[in-house]
Amino acid sequence: MITAGRIVRLAESDRAEVHFFLDGQMRGALAGDTVLTAMLASGHALRKSEFGPEPRAGFCLMGACQDCWVWQDEGPRIRACSTLITEGMRLRTTPLENWP
Amino acid sequence: MSEALSPRIVIVGAGPAGIRAVATLVEAGLHPVVIDEGQRAGGQIYRRPPAGFTRTAEQLYGPEAAKAGALHALFDRLAEEGRLSHCAASSVIAIHEGRLHVLGESGVQVVSYDRLILATGASDRVAPVPGWQSAGVYSLGAAQIALKAQGVALGRRIVLIGSGPLLTLVGAQLVKAGADVAAVLDTSSWRQQMRGLWGLAARPLVALRGLAMRARLGGRYHAGVTLERIEADGKGVTAMRWRDAGGRQRLTACDMIGMGWHLRAETHLADLAGCAFTYDERWRQWLPKTDRMGRAGNGVYLAGDGVRLLGADGAEIAGRLAAAACLADLGYQAPSTSADLRKLARVERFAGGLARAFPWPAAMVRALPDAAVVCRCENVSAAAVREGAELGSGEANRVKSLSRVGMGRCQGRYCQLAAVELVASQIGCAPDAVGRFRGQAPVRPAPVGAFLREG
Repeated sequence: MITAGRIVRLAESDRAEVHFFLDGQMRGALAGDTVLTAMLASGHALRKSEFGPEPRAGFCLMGACQDCWVWQDEGPRIRACSTLITEGMRLRTTPLENWP
Repeated sequence: MSEALSPRIVIVGAGPAGIRAVATLVEAGLHPVVIDEGQRAGGQIYRRPPAGFTRTAEQLYGPEAAKAGALHALFDRLAEEGRLSHCAASSVIAIHEGRLHVLGESGVQVVSYDRLILATGASDRVAPVPGWQSAGVYSLGAAQIALKAQGVALGRRIVLIGSGPLLTLVGAQLVKAGADVAAVLDTSSWRQQMRGLWGLAARPLVALRGLAMRARLGGRYHAGVTLERIEADGKGVTAMRWRDAGGRQRLTACDMIGMGWHLRAETHLADLAGCAFTYDERWRQWLPKTDRMGRAGNGVYLAGDGVRLLGADGAEIAGRLAAAACLADLGYQAPSTSADLRKLARVERFAGGLARAFPWPAAMVRALPDAAVVCRCENVSAAAVREGAELGSGEANRVKSLSRVGMGRCQGRYCQLAAVELVASQIGCAPDAVGRFRGQAPVRPAPVGAFLREG
């Protein structure tokens, strides 16, 4: 279900599984995961820096640094550290090319 | 009910300070409004996991479990009894003419107040280390939040760097939870730490508990280190390069780094509310000015780490004091404050000891290589800040406009102190002569659509 990502689950792994889509690919996570936890459980980054070559994976986890904004298929961005993942959520690491 | 006639008191922040302030007001018969960014009250240090998580308070908060549990239970009871209004998951993004602009899920709402208590807390005080923009570098607070609120470690092999009580605490918590902590690197030397001893002796049990945690870190802990750089590849962090107290070069492989040098007060809202600021030499940062009770003037009161960096216990005291001041100013019967004022003096002495023992790494920041990133939001380099310092005659806001340091999405929260240090070094003045970045609304990014529904 969950392949090797950046984070390691140390506790609380007995929760219901939820599924979401990242860049169109289905991924698994656990109910109660933040979007950040969900994305980094099977990946290494949340987005690319707009100002440098490096990927970013969040920094403060308390809504202060704004480093973890990710795109959604329908347009609006969300702060990954303070938003809980929900079943069927559609997330993107890059903005849609034909976004209005 | 006389609710319509009673003054409207708004408290921003539901951590230890905010919760104690609320409870004090409720006891006096008032019905305060609490606005907090968390889904559930508790703040950061006593942050609660989402519903459905099963670890006990002892597992989550260790020796502080009783305090955390008492605060959570108190807030939940007052909320259940309908004695307060709780706006959860809501951010105050602006303050203008006695009105708060509050961003929640349904957009921006305007909330007016007669009295305002700001208990906005603190975040990690971070200093740039070359390579810190890489994926896998987090604040120490982030590592703790991930563990508490999500039950996860942010990496497979962890190095913690910085100085301060959180460095040891997070290290010990991660080790206990089963994470692989490779090294805990403290930039403060043993000798420097001894200088804080007199202050730390004000709370001997807390100090001893810290030493016991330090002992649990064993050979992972190194004092008096020099941090050279964070190595990374295209995916993120690969190693920490550092020198030990004896000057030997060390390279520790890791995929996650947690960093922090104690705390930085969150003061944006106090700034927008018109509070005066003063440069605090002990904490090497600008803090809002208040009296002992937390009065900042104009009906605004401040409590907790957002005004004085005293930690959770000090925040509880400050929350009660600010509410008592507010009640007295409104002509209500206020509870006695003499015991709390005595306790405040003791936690202040202890906090002074911490500030001395675990200082801001000014020399490290001043020696930052030109190519190092100072602002993580927009990758503004040390060279750009130094150039801006010359062009902007060493004044903080001019340097900000010229170099864009502090203009990214975090609004200077994680670069301001380092930028000011670099400017002071370049110009040859003291950091307080550089000034501070003006706070600007909105203090959190807000989608334009949220304002369309404002009302």
